[in-house]
Amino acid sequence: MKTSAGRSTGKKDKIMAENLVIKELNDVAVRFSGDSGDGMQLAGNIFSTVSATVGNSISTFPDYPADIRAPQGSLTGVSGFQVHIGADIVYTPGDKCDVLVAMNAAALKTQYRYAKPGAAIIIDTDSFAPADLKKAAFATDDPLKEMGIDPDRVIACPITQMVKDCLADSGMDVKSIVKCRNMFALGLVCWLFDRDLNVAFNFLREKFAKKPGVAEANIKVIQAGYDYGHNTHSSVANVYRIETKHKVPGRYMDITGNKATAYGLIAAAEKAGLQLYLGSYPITPATDILHELSKHKSLGVKTVQCEDEIAGCASAVGASFAGALAATSTSGPGICLKSEAMNLAVIMELPLVVLDVQRGGPATGLPTKSEQTDLLQVLFGRNGESPMPVIAATSPTDCFDAVYNAAKIALEHMTPVVLLTDAYVANGSGAFKLPDLNDYPDIKPPYVPEELRGTWTPYQRDEQTGVRYWAVPGREGFEHILGGLEKDNKTGAISTNPENHDLMTRLRKAKIDKIPVPDLEVEGDKDDAELLIVGFGGTYGHLHAAMDEMRAEGKKVALAQFKYINPLPKNTADVLKKYPKVVVAEQNMGQLAAFLRMKVDNFVPLQFNEVKGQPFEVEALKNYFNSII
Amino acid sequence: METTTYTQADFKKGQPRWCPGCGDHFFLASLHKAMAEIGKPPYQNAVISGIGCSSRLPHYMATYGMNTIHGRAAAIATGCKVANPELTVWQVSGDGDGLAIGGNHFIHANRRNINLNMILLNNRIYGLTKGQYSPTSPRGFVSKSSPYGTVEDPFRPAELCFGARGHFFARAVATDAKGTIEILKAADAHKGASVCEILQNCVIFNNGTHDNVYSPAERKKNAIYLEHGKPMVFGENNEYGLVQEGFGVKVVKIGEDGYTMDDVLIHDAHCEDNTLHAKLAMMEWPVALGVIRDVDAPTYDDSVTAQIEEVSAKKKYHNFAELLETNDIWEVK
Repeated sequence: MKTSAGRSTGKKDKIMAENLVIKELNDVAVRFSGDSGDGMQLAGNIFSTVSATVGNSISTFPDYPADIRAPQGSLTGVSGFQVHIGADIVYTPGDKCDVLVAMNAAALKTQYRYAKPGAAIIIDTDSFAPADLKKAAFATDDPLKEMGIDPDRVIACPITQMVKDCLADSGMDVKSIVKCRNMFALGLVCWLFDRDLNVAFNFLREKFAKKPGVAEANIKVIQAGYDYGHNTHSSVANVYRIETKHKVPGRYMDITGNKATAYGLIAAAEKAGLQLYLGSYPITPATDILHELSKHKSLGVKTVQCEDEIAGCASAVGASFAGALAATSTSGPGICLKSEAMNLAVIMELPLVVLDVQRGGPATGLPTKSEQTDLLQVLFGRNGESPMPVIAATSPTDCFDAVYNAAKIALEHMTPVVLLTDAYVANGSGAFKLPDLNDYPDIKPPYVPEELRGTWTPYQRDEQTGVRYWAVPGREGFEHILGGLEKDNKTGAISTNPENHDLMTRLRKAKIDKIPVPDLEVEGDKDDAELLIVGFGGTYGHLHAAMDEMRAEGKKVALAQFKYINPLPKNTADVLKKYPKVVVAEQNMGQLAAFLRMKVDNFVPLQFNEVKGQPFEVEALKNYFNSII
Repeated sequence: METTTYTQADFKKGQPRWCPGCGDHFFLASLHKAMAEIGKPPYQNAVISGIGCSSRLPHYMATYGMNTIHGRAAAIATGCKVANPELTVWQVSGDGDGLAIGGNHFIHANRRNINLNMILLNNRIYGLTKGQYSPTSPRGFVSKSSPYGTVEDPFRPAELCFGARGHFFARAVATDAKGTIEILKAADAHKGASVCEILQNCVIFNNGTHDNVYSPAERKKNAIYLEHGKPMVFGENNEYGLVQEGFGVKVVKIGEDGYTMDDVLIHDAHCEDNTLHAKLAMMEWPVALGVIRDVDAPTYDDSVTAQIEEVSAKKKYHNFAELLETNDIWEVK
């Protein structure tokens, strides 16, 4: 009876029939963990969908192993999926979980560190045999004692055996039956949080529409898990309920950052009336963008899986020249390889969207983990003066707007644009309110106006924006040659004239500097904060949660999260200089801080830097912020 | 199809800046003529090059074009063609651009069978950087970067092309306008990646590298013009022929050692098996010119278009709003 899960609302616990105590909670984090093949991602997905359907706020984070397929039951093969659900808005998947599902001994060994003190732990006792314990490197035959886990907090259940019994008459083979273990765990968790199973059933019936037998078997197992919890409730503590307080009416879907990025590109191409082209080479954790866009042939999307990262970007430059909305997606070492062709798009002044899903570096680094370490690379990592807009997405759902705006800037300002996301944002998901494209701004590329026929040259510019006009091959009378060599600003011919090169360098820079971007927004105690927290991109949720908790504790704190990094918002210096203390918190060794110091005179911020490959922990952020306030 | 409305002049632009006597001048004139004869308007052609002496070529074309970055021409041309299959895309590279730094893109453009006209101007030297050996320079070649001779073997472009499952390979000598125009037109007519190797002299850094075939008189002696369906004969009086011997090809003098015209091989450029094409392309004497291989196969760009049509007919969503509806959606009221 000691299990504590989440933060209590402080309301009086209600006594239910059969002596069940239902506690109301504000938020709760559940972590499903098991072998890579145990279906933990699916169980987590269903649980988040079931929760979102009742209007709870959700945030999810899958934690994949880097190994291709580690041996079954081994420590390196453990896969996790954390779901954070809340009555109010939740900004992060949660530092640590209130409930840990560990489908085998290795999962318990590696994932227990993500459990809060006093968290409920669900284990499949059938996966804790001596051989399993050995694979998980336990020294004794009592893993709970060895890890210092209070047995009262553990729901130990012979899940494998119960699933076998449950499906004994199904006619399925043992291997297929055992695959349903994840659904038993899901059923247990659904019982624990008083969830409506019908939503899960519908989800499965749709997912396995072509295999109704599989759907019904899974449904039977969920129900069995739920009933097991209900019937043996005396062995555990409470059932928890998360009410919904913060409802924004509308139609929603669950979306990951990568999927939202793919969707945003599709939306931008449709709005601009252009064909969408993606040149890419598979690389973790960006590959899902390629996967997603490759599905949508019926929208005319063309994806080319190229021979290498270089060709991914180079072919996109070719597609852009041909008149498409062209994009290339990558991560890690891929962004280095693309820098050459990105630079070609800079000097040819062609639109291009470069998607960089940041991961741990340098070199191959931590392929499945998250960092913000490419910022200076995308700002400056090319030969010559090579100004390029950089935008960072703040959450999985924000990827949609961020890439839409990146495409708009690229097409309207004739420039490559980098969108920075990261492994955390890309793989995490959130509830996405279905967008209506009518609410989104038009995208109007600067095609050469007809009246310039006869006098037009390739580097002729719009006087206001400094943007050159776009003449797409196939249009008679506008034949021209672009290229990587410097061109005369008037004739467009190759030029090595010193004054011309200086002028063209300035023109290219001025064009980027003139791009209008929204002001930097300040949240929290914007008028009287003692401390301004500054971040960019994917750390938004954690920094926001840290701010909220500190304000709830009576501190005066504000947050400014950069989405537009080049060009910087016009009010950047005003915001940064307004508060007595400013801390720049980022998942690198101080790249945004360095850039801001370069751009804002006499700006010397405090810094919080962490490169662990994992999302920030709100507790750690708060500890540091409290220490400097 | 002799309804050409364009002349060479319609494709010409600017004043080429190559060294006097450079093979690129000859090739450029042939390309202008070939394009005029093909008859597609300049604005429906895109000429895409990398970096190198020969990669300056797009600047002398009145078409659309790009003179891009070193080695990437084939990759850039790929994106251009896939995005707009209506364009005729010419990809122009030298032996360094196409086979050294751009070797990967060269083989994959061939493997994918993108409908590109791929021109490889082979002078077996790096000219723009002033005289280093290239991946087609012969072993032992003395250059500024190999003062004691190279210690590596060269690529043979046809071998690379066939190794990458290329379906079209032709060869011409830059000074031979007729032969060059012929293979350019054949390359354009071929649907898929068409590699045209142009043997071209660098007067400054590798003068005489193709002397055995550079003049009409030498070609008469040392080259064989292959023509589909025609017997493989060559020589000043067509006195030599090619016959099969074992797995190889042998030069014989017709009328000697019992060989007659009946023994001479008939060229079959359309044969799917590339074994004989490879033998022919790799001969050192005589040097094979003309269309060596020209085999039909599905092109990447056509297949992309076909797949889009096929999937579009099956799927129920055709715009973004409809795409959203394909997801699991819930409503919060």
